[in-house]
Amino acid sequence: MKYLVESFMQLLGRAPTKPEKDDITPAAQEIHFYKRGQKLDMDEVRRLHDEKQGKNKWLKRRWATLLFVNLLFVVSYYFDIQLLEGALTASRFLGFHMADLNSALQVMLAFKTVLINLLIGTVTVFVLWFLVGGRSFCSWVCPYHLLSEWAEKIHLWLAQKKLVKDIPFHRAIRSVFYVIFALLAFATGYTVFEAISPTGIVSRAIIYGPSLALLWVLFLLLFEIFVSRRAWCRYVCPIGITYGVVGLLSPMRVTYVLEDCKHEGDCRKVCLVPHVLDVTIKGRATDTRVPVGADCTRCGMCVDVCPTNSLRYEFSWLEQLK
Amino acid sequence: MTDDKSKEKPVKKPRVLDRKTQEARRRFLRSLGLAAGVVSASLVGFIPVVRGYNPRLRPPGALAEDEFLASCIKCGQCIQVCPVEAIKLTDIMDGFGNGTPHIDARAQACDFSCDGLQCVLACPTGSLSHDTNYPHQVRIGFAELARPDLCLAMQGKGFKGRIRDASFKGLFRYAELNRWQPLPVRGQEFDREICDLCIVHCPIEIRRNQCEAGHPPADDPNQCPPSRAIGLEPVEGGGMRPVIYEGCVGCGACEMVCPVTPAAIVVDMTKNADTVTA
Ligand code: SF4
Ligand code: SF4
Ligand code: SF4
Ligand code: SF4
Repeated sequence: MKYLVESFMQLLGRAPTKPEKDDITPAAQEIHFYKRGQKLDMDEVRRLHDEKQGKNKWLKRRWATLLFVNLLFVVSYYFDIQLLEGALTASRFLGFHMADLNSALQVMLAFKTVLINLLIGTVTVFVLWFLVGGRSFCSWVCPYHLLSEWAEKIHLWLAQKKLVKDIPFHRAIRSVFYVIFALLAFATGYTVFEAISPTGIVSRAIIYGPSLALLWVLFLLLFEIFVSRRAWCRYVCPIGITYGVVGLLSPMRVTYVLEDCKHEGDCRKVCLVPHVLDVTIKGRATDTRVPVGADCTRCGMCVDVCPTNSLRYEFSWLEQLK
Repeated sequence: MTDDKSKEKPVKKPRVLDRKTQEARRRFLRSLGLAAGVVSASLVGFIPVVRGYNPRLRPPGALAEDEFLASCIKCGQCIQVCPVEAIKLTDIMDGFGNGTPHIDARAQACDFSCDGLQCVLACPTGSLSHDTNYPHQVRIGFAELARPDLCLAMQGKGFKGRIRDASFKGLFRYAELNRWQPLPVRGQEFDREICDLCIVHCPIEIRRNQCEAGHPPADDPNQCPPSRAIGLEPVEGGGMRPVIYEGCVGCGACEMVCPVTPAAIVVDMTKNADTVTA
């Protein structure tokens, strides 16, 4: 239960808390104790790290999936094969209704009616994303995520040259946005967020051709390059919270295995939501295996980068809930 | 010792917050700024909507504009099923309407050539109301002879040749030529003594004629429009006037094929599902 609360609070924007000694299992305490005396052999870490470099197994799979899904919409439309019709906001996959959970929510708040087709679509999509991990929508499907990843690479390159500096915001602001957009939809009767959501804009642009709205997306990307790293996904996008909540109890996790971890923190440097990886800080893990929190997008960047394979994908029902 | 102590007594310095608190404060203010920025950016969308900058013809069956904007999930499934590609997406200039579908009748009108109101069937949210079953129940708008002085029929003139200029790509299903495939309007040669192109292209009139000839569309008498949509009536002093009747659904086929530029007959957007109850 404590695990769930912590996971949820982090999703809403609270900084990770250090666990009490009582919350750490004896097995984990033993490893922590043993590691306390150890010094980090940076050379060895570098060597292990270099061995893994450049393989990017999960990155390749993920980009391939993301492109495949988004192109399936296009192919399906152009060749009229009715595989996947519509756009990311709502679609039909082989005739079955699918609806993006956040868009459906916005529509229902604005329209104040529960629409049956939309409800069917919502339930289908809920089950799907529950099984494959909630925010995995973000890194495996959302087309803005891919653009934003490329912008992030430019940002990091510029930052290395000391030309830009990441300006962080308070993460809780995303929850504030969530409430604001929900209230706006309800009060105005317009799906205000949908008009500016880069996810919808990019998805429609891929399928139906470019639009002026892409300028807004470009502005967001420039902001992320020059001002604040991954700002939209980290501090604004309510879709992330919606899917984060779906993934709270999801069996699909990136799991942290304490034993071999060197605590050098490579994983936290590549992560979109590094707070979820605070478990990898020395002395923080409450157990020998800890599933990473709900805000994790299951992108696998950390899995790719971890020199000791201490982060891995796992599909298992959460034992933490005992 | 005591001397030392009095020396060490802290001189009253201006209160300086430690770096961490300072940074936290700045971050908090910055975050407020971000919130204000994004929220105002999103609210800019109000302006075109409230001001009605871009009045739009919506696809068949569309709910009243406010409800339509509230319920459309911006998926474009209606666009994908239309055989004549009449439906297009609006852009950011439409504010909250960004990503919703509309029809530009002059470029490509809905001629109901899909037969079954495919866009309505495709719509997952009921923004295109599933209560609309037949073309004659649709109210996209209402045709109007907006420029009577340009109308050829009003001047008693006929029309010979091809409609519109070479760049015009509009499609129309000429059922007697091809039952299944809409054809380019530009591909047809016309020769009318008195121009009646708007009338012969009206999908409602076409359906009524089919019904009168005993061949209702899809052999379903329910498809027969109960009232006429448009017809030519003589005007005093010569010439004929295209008159719009209550059966007009505002599909815009007449506007699309009107051979003069700008079109003499256009769809009036102020008379649509909002204002005319079918
Ligand atoms: S947070 Fe939003 S924009 Fe970012 S990847 Fe997730 S859905 Fe896409
Ligand atoms: S924890 Fe790992 S998998 Fe999850 S978002 Fe961060 S880098 Fe990606
Ligand atoms: S009813 Fe008209 S707009 Fe809708 S799909 Fe059919 S032809 Fe296209
Ligand atoms: S199918 Fe319906 S919800 Fe989708 S874009 Fe068209 S009108 Fe909007």
